[in-house]
Amino acid sequence: MSVSAVELTNVRKNFGPAKIIQGVNLSIKKGERHAIIGPNGAGKSTLFNLISGMYTLSDGSVALNGAVISGRKPFEINRMGLSRSFQVSNIFANMTVRENVRCGVLYSMGYGYSFWRNIGRLKELQEKTLEILEMVGLADKANLSAALLPYADQRTLEVAITIAGGAEVILLDEPTAGMSHSETDRAVELIEKATKGKTLLIVEHDMGVVFGLADRISVLVYGEIIATGKPSEIRGNAKVREAYLGDEADALEEGAV
Amino acid sequence: MRNTIDQNFRSLAPTASEKFRIRVLPFIVFAVFLLGVPLLGPSRTALSLMNQIGIFVVFALSYNMLLGRGGLLSFGHAVYFGLGGYAAVHMMRAVEGAETGILAGFPVFFVPIAGFAVGALAGAIIGWPSCRRAGTPFAMISLGIAELIAASGFMFASIFGGETGISGDRTKGPDFLYLSLKSTSDVYVFIAFWCFVAMIAMYAFTRTPLGKMSEATRDNPERVQFVGYDPQRVRYLVFIFAGGFAGLAGGMSAVNYEIFTPEALSLAPSGMVLLMAYIGGTRHFAGPILGAVVLTYMQSNLSDYSEAWLLYLGLLFVAIVMFAPDGIVGVIDKVVAGLPDAGSTYLGNKLTSAVGCLLMLAGLIVIVEAAVRYSNGYGEVFEPFGLHLGMGNFLTYVLAFGPMALGVAMLRWVSKREEL
Repeated sequence: MSVSAVELTNVRKNFGPAKIIQGVNLSIKKGERHAIIGPNGAGKSTLFNLISGMYTLSDGSVALNGAVISGRKPFEINRMGLSRSFQVSNIFANMTVRENVRCGVLYSMGYGYSFWRNIGRLKELQEKTLEILEMVGLADKANLSAALLPYADQRTLEVAITIAGGAEVILLDEPTAGMSHSETDRAVELIEKATKGKTLLIVEHDMGVVFGLADRISVLVYGEIIATGKPSEIRGNAKVREAYLGDEADALEEGAV
Repeated sequence: MRNTIDQNFRSLAPTASEKFRIRVLPFIVFAVFLLGVPLLGPSRTALSLMNQIGIFVVFALSYNMLLGRGGLLSFGHAVYFGLGGYAAVHMMRAVEGAETGILAGFPVFFVPIAGFAVGALAGAIIGWPSCRRAGTPFAMISLGIAELIAASGFMFASIFGGETGISGDRTKGPDFLYLSLKSTSDVYVFIAFWCFVAMIAMYAFTRTPLGKMSEATRDNPERVQFVGYDPQRVRYLVFIFAGGFAGLAGGMSAVNYEIFTPEALSLAPSGMVLLMAYIGGTRHFAGPILGAVVLTYMQSNLSDYSEAWLLYLGLLFVAIVMFAPDGIVGVIDKVVAGLPDAGSTYLGNKLTSAVGCLLMLAGLIVIVEAAVRYSNGYGEVFEPFGLHLGMGNFLTYVLAFGPMALGVAMLRWVSKREEL
């Protein structure tokens, strides 16, 4: 059996007396598309922050391709091949769309902290940047200031920056939040295309997106994973239906259709 | 509709000729200007003012690597200017004292290189602890270190020369290209050369991967980490370069004045360079250049006309912070950007604003000058254009607050009209 792309072992996180994550075990296979769902405040974003190195763990460990990454700095984890997006658009607002994506590409191309090269003359860098812009469909807005982009385009740019470095494991935090139906459809298409062959871990509220995209789903409730399995298994799980009351149970039903 | 938007987006990409106009042409114009100055046969005073400006242009640009491009507010940038300058003075003394060897053959023309090296070294040492955090901690640490180094400057007399400082002689050592550096015009060539070289180097820096990531770190240090960069490291490297160029400016200053005192390390010049960069405009590369020109000019000339010049400087700074945070260059940039499709209303608005500002300034000058003379107690009275404006004269208040009120009214009128 091959090593998991991401392996969480007994991960815990306390903020003072509040136990936000209470012993999460999760194993994500290489190439898998794994969704994490759960009610608001379940700790989904906290879990992402723990995996990506923004928060330090209170207990347990996180491994990336078998190497322990918990305790490392976010930029080290990123260089090891894990990249994440943010729930709130976290782009470089003062830069153009092209420059935003270029920032994502720069380190992976080996230019690091170089201060002797003219960034405009790095042909490979420009080509790679353009390639990504074309893939996500932002090429014709490349020279627009990122702050001026419409909301859905900002979310797309967020995904573009995340995948730009060529990381093998991609974490997306609610990539379709706040989008209209048609925008969501386009976003899902984009995510499928952009993460082809990669390991995807996604937090999402839109059950249509989750059930359409994920190979496996984990349900996080109050900092604990109450179920993990294929979409069909999750759909029929009594515990999950119990955790999702009212409207959200309907949403789950809708997603099942 | 959709199509025209897309076209507009596309058209925003700079064309080759635009790139040339924005990135290359200003430097050509500047080079022509530098070469042209001696042909106009300027007076010695004019030349030495130009030399002073050249030094501060480099210093202010180096400061803006931190403030404008890196988002790092430093209250102690003169530390690197001063240490670089002291290194240059010691280098000049070593050249003077050397009988044989490399030093004896070292032209003083290249002394600023020593300034750069020591400035960068100081940046590497001091930056290590201070670049861990941006924002307020960085600003506070820079203030503390400035105090510390300035105090050391007065304590360690063998290095810094105590109150009187240390002096050197720029005319010693071999000539470089027939430049003995004896005359002010020789020094002008020296300053113009280094100013131009440093300016190009600092502009080029903004176009490197590190320069770009410095801007990214300024705007969003969190995101930078998730594209593989360590924001601490980015800040640290930028800090070293900023220290180096400040040291270079110090080296230029050492050759120009042939003396350095611990004053140069203190908070006063650190504050001055902050004002230069901010008043000129931190968001534009040209901002600190213009700021250095304006402030150096004010410092050397306005002080002859009015003893209240520091008060005007302070007011200028406050006005910029409040009403034009992008500085003078930002204001110019905005006005020029609106020109291509400007109607008569636009021009009228801008003209009215300008006149309003001048009226306010005129009123302000009247009251300040009258008050300064009164408070000096020598019985002197402010007498512009044959008027007698004492503090007891009703006309003084009319001429002070009348134009001010009119100016404010005009600015308000314009801002109402622009809202429509």
